Amino acid sequence: MYVAVKGGERAIDNAHRLLAEERRGDRAVPALSLTQIKEQMTLAVDRVMTEGSLYDRDLAALAIKQARGDLVEAIFLLRAYRTTLPRLAVSEPVDTARMTIRRRVSATFKDLPGGQVLGPTFDYTHRLMDFKLAAEADDDAEPCERGEPRQDETVPRVADLLGEEGLIEPEVPRDGDTAEPGDITREPLEFPADRSTRLQSLARGDEGYLLGLAYSTQRGYGRNHPFAGEIRMGDVAVEIVPEELGFAVEIGDITVTECQMINQFKGSKAAPPQFTRGYGLTFGQGERKAMAMALVDRSLRAEELGEDLTAPAQDAEFVLSHCDNVEASGFVQHLKLPHYVDFQGELVTVRALRREHERKEATDAAE
Amino acid sequence: MTETTPTAPLPEVARRQRWMGILARTPLARLEETFAALPEAPAFTHLRRPEIGSALVRGRAGGSGERFNLGEMTVTRCSVRLSASGAIGHAYVAGRARRHAELAAVFDALLQTPGHHDRLCAALTDPAAEAIAAARAETVARTAATRVDFFTMVRGED
Repeated sequence: MYVAVKGGERAIDNAHRLLAEERRGDRAVPALSLTQIKEQMTLAVDRVMTEGSLYDRDLAALAIKQARGDLVEAIFLLRAYRTTLPRLAVSEPVDTARMTIRRRVSATFKDLPGGQVLGPTFDYTHRLMDFKLAAEADDDAEPCERGEPRQDETVPRVADLLGEEGLIEPEVPRDGDTAEPGDITREPLEFPADRSTRLQSLARGDEGYLLGLAYSTQRGYGRNHPFAGEIRMGDVAVEIVPEELGFAVEIGDITVTECQMINQFKGSKAAPPQFTRGYGLTFGQGERKAMAMALVDRSLRAEELGEDLTAPAQDAEFVLSHCDNVEASGFVQHLKLPHYVDFQGELVTVRALRREHERKEATDAAE
Repeated sequence: MTETTPTAPLPEVARRQRWMGILARTPLARLEETFAALPEAPAFTHLRRPEIGSALVRGRAGGSGERFNLGEMTVTRCSVRLSASGAIGHAYVAGRARRHAELAAVFDALLQTPGHHDRLCAALTDPAAEAIAAARAETVARTAATRVDFFTMVRGED
């Protein structure tokens, strides 16, 4: 147990000053601007927005700067700021079928309506250090060509194409789309958690943790035979329906990454053999996270699909209770706060037990 | 807030939806410029002063299934009433942007005013829509250059 302590104000004050100095680094080096972070550390910004659960590129850049690049700390800062905002609106569900696509690939169909576009990807790079970037000038990269866009403006989701043949379970709203989705920012997580609550938790969940769990399902701990049906990244409009207007208005566009995982399912008494689905969605460009989320979403559906529950990634309570890095970081790191009273108590107990132990040994030896 | 069933909106509603979407996406500098160039600065009162808050962003499982809460985004809203015509303008703008929301609300009100509508379409919303479309076309063209045609290799096993 942590017991409040007094004292140390001056040390704490100086520690904060020291932190600020270290954060700034060598003053001979120009300070990082938020615009630089926003423009050149885009994927860090995206991760902080996704797990910080607040889409605001400027705030995420500020959090990254303030946290000295510690992204989990930056996520904490953004979450804390989020709690100060009044919630003015709830959006209509973003329509990823109407996305302005910046990347779209499928590992299941090579020819698909709308085609495949690689977009700005690390895939197919050789992961060799580019020492040109270490040189001062970084503005002489060859410009990307301009291609001829195809006429088919709307690009159907791959899963919807399979759905036309009935080969994959349909994704349709239940109960006439009237059920309010769970919101863990308002109601504490409870089990069993419905899919909307699970998806919200996973969307905010730590990328590394979900990646490890997703990997565990691939290695045999709750295997579910996944294919990356489709990954798409791009811009979607966000629409809200203000009460005073009574009709939908677009407040702007956000970038999102979506992953549709297609998984095997042998069928059951109730359902014919067909493919099943896992879903991942993140703010910004967050492909690794979206893929991991989709794998874990699918594995958390094991019970619903009548599969044997044998692996950690199928256990909703285990997965969801531990996926939030702000909570996890807080509880792990609270261990370093003073536990003096608690520890004194333990010391007294251990000493008493040792005396007991020694007396017993002495008695046994004498007999 | 409740989900609306998608019905075709009335023409005047559709037009207002269009310009509100454009105003939300128009850079602040462009709005300021147009505001400064108005023949007469319109007098207005705030029905709701610019206010920063969040909008809960929703997605759907599988893209088309049940709704879930993806996260939030910052949004700024403002409502004004024009002193001359009494027209009421509203704005909801992504981000933390008080002045942007205020100007967007003023323009929303002006665009509902017959004397201003056509001129503002020509001076502001039509060119802004073109700029938005051009930026989108540029994104699409750059992306199109990365279009890939995968083909499977014949393995020659037979």
